[in-house]
Amino acid sequence: MLLAKIVGTVVATRKDPRLESQKLLVVRPVDPSGKIDGGFLVAVDTVDAGVGETVLVVSGSSARMASGMKDCPVDAAIVGIVDHVEVTG
Amino acid sequence: MQVGRVIGDVVATRKDEALTGVTLLVVQPLDPGRQPVGRAIVAADAAGAGVGEEVFFVRGREASFPFYPAEPPIDAAIVGIVDDWSTEGARP
Repeated sequence: MLLAKIVGTVVATRKDPRLESQKLLVVRPVDPSGKIDGGFLVAVDTVDAGVGETVLVVSGSSARMASGMKDCPVDAAIVGIVDHVEVTG
Repeated sequence: MQVGRVIGDVVATRKDEALTGVTLLVVQPLDPGRQPVGRAIVAADAAGAGVGEEVFFVRGREASFPFYPAEPPIDAAIVGIVDDWSTEGARP
């Protein structure tokens, strides 16, 4: 999974029916210290996260295993809101 | 699979129900010279690893297999702790 920061939202009226009523957010991967590290991703939100929060993003076919995402056309899903990351090693 | 070093852990109270009880660790992939390479990732621990240890991890859909029959939404899992590893002819 990736650590990422939520930086925005996506509104799409016309979309695959299986994406209806799903919240789409724009996220940017971050390193363990919270610094932006990489481009932008659109991820479906399954944990009711909000802009500014650091989250866990699961990508690829594993995204379909997120709650309520079975057989949905998604390749990135937010599956957790990060309280904190402790880097000690 | 890839070799990496566990460098930290992640605490997330609010998460997918299927992730409850799953330990999430920050893993830094290593090159053959044991130097960090690429972005650190968050992996589920299926081997009882700890911070500072060298591990190998699997990525993709298969990462959830150690937790079967549960199917947590994870795309990286630590599946072994490395005792020792070496390469021949690799860059130092």
